[in-house]
Amino acid sequence: MNFPILSSLILLPLLGALFIFFSKSKSNTHLTSKYLALFVSFTNFILSLYLWYLFDPSTAEFQFLEEQSWIKGFINYKVGIDGISILFIILTAFITPLCVVSVNSTVKYRLKDFLVAILVMESLMIGVFCSLDLVIFYLFFEGGLIPMFLIIGIWGGERRVYSAFKFFLYTLLGSVLMLVAIISIYWFTGSTDITYLYNLGIDEKYQYLLWLAFFSSFAVKTPMWPVHTWLPDAHVEAPTAGSVLLAAILLKMAGYGFIRFSVGLFPVASEYFIPLIYILSLIAIIYTSLVALMQEDMKKLIAYSSVAHMGFVTLGIFTFTQQGLEGSIFQMISHGLVSAALFLSVGVIYERMHTRLISNYGGLVSVMPKYAIVLMVFTLGAVGLPGTSGFIGEFLILIGAFKKSFLVAAIASIGVILSAAYMLWLYKRVVFGEIKKNEIKKMPDLNRAEVLILSFLVLPIVFFGFYPEPLLNTTETSIENLIEMYNININSNLVENK
Amino acid sequence: MINLNFIYSEIFLCLSIMILLLIGVFKKDSSYLIYNLSILSLFACLALIFSFPINTNVELFNNSYKIDYLSTYMKILLILSGIFVLVSSSKYIQIIKINKIEYPILIMSSIVGMMVMISSNDLILFYIGLELQSLSLYVLASFNRDNILSSESGLKYFVLSALSSGLLLYGCSLIYGFSGSTNFNLISENMNQDSYGLTFGIVFIITGLAFKISAVPFHMWAPDVYEGSPTSVTIFFAILPKIAALTVFIRILYVPFLNIIDQWQIIIVFLSIASMLFGAIAAIGQKNLKRLIAYSSISHMGYALAGLSTGTNLGIQSSITYISIYLFMNLAFFCCLFMLRRDEKYFENIEDLSGLSKNHPILSFSLLIVLFSLAGIPPLVGFFAKFYIFTSVVEQSMYSLAIIGLLSTVIAAFYYLRIIKVIYFDPEKEKYEKSHSIGLKISLAFSTIFILFYFIYPSPLIEIIEKINII
Repeated sequence: MNFPILSSLILLPLLGALFIFFSKSKSNTHLTSKYLALFVSFTNFILSLYLWYLFDPSTAEFQFLEEQSWIKGFINYKVGIDGISILFIILTAFITPLCVVSVNSTVKYRLKDFLVAILVMESLMIGVFCSLDLVIFYLFFEGGLIPMFLIIGIWGGERRVYSAFKFFLYTLLGSVLMLVAIISIYWFTGSTDITYLYNLGIDEKYQYLLWLAFFSSFAVKTPMWPVHTWLPDAHVEAPTAGSVLLAAILLKMAGYGFIRFSVGLFPVASEYFIPLIYILSLIAIIYTSLVALMQEDMKKLIAYSSVAHMGFVTLGIFTFTQQGLEGSIFQMISHGLVSAALFLSVGVIYERMHTRLISNYGGLVSVMPKYAIVLMVFTLGAVGLPGTSGFIGEFLILIGAFKKSFLVAAIASIGVILSAAYMLWLYKRVVFGEIKKNEIKKMPDLNRAEVLILSFLVLPIVFFGFYPEPLLNTTETSIENLIEMYNININSNLVENK
Repeated sequence: MINLNFIYSEIFLCLSIMILLLIGVFKKDSSYLIYNLSILSLFACLALIFSFPINTNVELFNNSYKIDYLSTYMKILLILSGIFVLVSSSKYIQIIKINKIEYPILIMSSIVGMMVMISSNDLILFYIGLELQSLSLYVLASFNRDNILSSESGLKYFVLSALSSGLLLYGCSLIYGFSGSTNFNLISENMNQDSYGLTFGIVFIITGLAFKISAVPFHMWAPDVYEGSPTSVTIFFAILPKIAALTVFIRILYVPFLNIIDQWQIIIVFLSIASMLFGAIAAIGQKNLKRLIAYSSISHMGYALAGLSTGTNLGIQSSITYISIYLFMNLAFFCCLFMLRRDEKYFENIEDLSGLSKNHPILSFSLLIVLFSLAGIPPLVGFFAKFYIFTSVVEQSMYSLAIIGLLSTVIAAFYYLRIIKVIYFDPEKEKYEKSHSIGLKISLAFSTIFILFYFIYPSPLIEIIEKINII
């Protein structure tokens, strides 16, 4: 048997977390535990890049399969990746070390516990993206609630308790129906193995309810309008590293879930519910963009923009076109990078001023020139300017949408304009204008660690904006296969009904 | 000639109760000795159970006493939890000064009663076992005589329990009247499908048993008794009688009355839904941890009953898995309660936990794990317990039961989260003592590790329980 690289990716952060948890808790060991966490997460990142190197993009089959009997005769531990999931694993492994570096200034107390929570989170999220069994998937998917609840609740802002509870209960409520659906699938088909279910197909008459049950979970997690209200609260109150994890990766679990499960397992129902998804996505794009426009809190603004961006993602997925689906995945990766970068940038000035209100800032360009440049790149990335990764994703999604319906694409395009409006206005109010407060004059520019983190994020955003091929190549074959399977299913169903 | 070999464990326990009583009478200040000897004799009893082949299936005393895989498993579970209860609470009873010689002896006699219940295959024998355990429990509940709450809880438990025993006996007499026998096997043979009397009898018996496992609407006693009794007795209440009563539930419903499942299934489903919802909602406003865990256990019994309501082997197995896992979660929770000690006083309100995580990281971490597990969040063991239950429920296409059950886990998650919030998010208060008896530490470590790492290798428990086949 080959080296179990996926299991190592899952286990490594967990082991690191165990080590840190049991190391002695003196204040001077915090540095060591930080370096240990950094080492572990960075090794994981290298490992994930190696995985990408080994990955064969020319086949749509699952690769690096590992299978182990888990609950005997019932559920197997099965992991594997294809072109759809590998990018998310790399994204997770890429974001986590940045979070670890960023804790320097943002986490003032109980640093050790924070690192443990982040590392546990990383392994759970990687687990989500590579599990090929519904129950294992659910285990990782829900397990993430525990560390995230603690991250928001312990290290969060003033209303942290409310936000942590809201986050936890919302997502738990969404997920319980998915559990019923998973168990039902087991009794309908005798297995929860995804590859087996892909081949077998699920009886059409069950698909609609099952789809809705999965939808209830993913819609909350995405989040889609109208169940998005937990996200602004959670984002605002979470510490910077928590917001980054939440925006960059946690939200992507649902988008990934839509592609892997809703589309993959229930094609007929997915086709049936297209109008629902389109309507919700369009509302999300337009409505939350307008809401974002009116926000006075920077983090809240970015949170609402996340909802709008995820609206594009769901729209793209349910176009069932090559461009739409590839664009969705690209958009998720890009949004992962951009939103992480924006939250880190907000964290940078929050550390200096201890306020997130936009009205308190202004004129940063003259005191923090480096910061102004970096933030410009991220803002343009969020706007989707050509030359940044944000453009490719939105563009592909819109092409896909045009193929399906002109009206939908036209309305979604308004969202692009709106996003430019709120992001640029935010930039203008924070960076340009007159210096309103004396404190701002004393604010130091980015220090070395901050430059390091932020430039690590600038690089991929610009690089993939000009040269998206590596990402698109990786996903292409798997998406083609998915769409092919989808069309076969839809057609055979049409024939049956006739 | 009746082969007494098979009930050596019961006989041994009875004998050791008598010997320990004699020691207590003739030797002064022997409470500590008796306490340790009783733990030892429980260990010996466990060894005696293991000395028989595990798959024995015999019926003794005119088929009224049954030793089979189910009874053996449940007895092992029972005695193991008895040992854990005694080991973990040894220091507690010294500090609140209830370390009398009677204490371990009452616990042991209650265990004997439960063993008789578990093995009973006859209504009369079952009733004898039930009363033996109940009588000991009345005394135990009010064991802290100087405490007014403890006396109240003993009295309350006695009055209500006596009432439910009366109902139960009436049910037994109805069943005897309409089927002509008290033996489960014979009832099953003579059963007349159409007789209403029999149905009434089942209803009364279910009522009596529901009282014992504190299912809604027969739960009224539980919060008061849990709160009033000494904590070492509360942990006993929370675990052991439930194991025994659940076994009897299985035996009565699945041996003689499986054919008329349409008569009792709806009752069990109602009990289950009512318990799950009520337990979850009523716990939200509680301030006392023992009271809260009483409501929580009401809700947990709802889940166990949901498995029971399916009428399949899978359902029974899932219920038994549930109760086995529930045992460890409760054990760990109470171990944490035993650790909240300062200046010879124990603390049991939620606000006493405020900011616990600053000074007691390991203890708070254990509590965190236990509470998330009780809430049923994966990958902790509590999730698997619920997962098995709902697997068996969904197999029978009882979707509404599954969905209501899972929604009530969300409600229940709220009050578990509230405790976690107090521990982790609130400002710190005074410290607690850090020296604890070694037995308590081992119990807590063992149960926490089980809760945390069960997901790595879940097969063994399933494989053991899979062999239980009643139908």
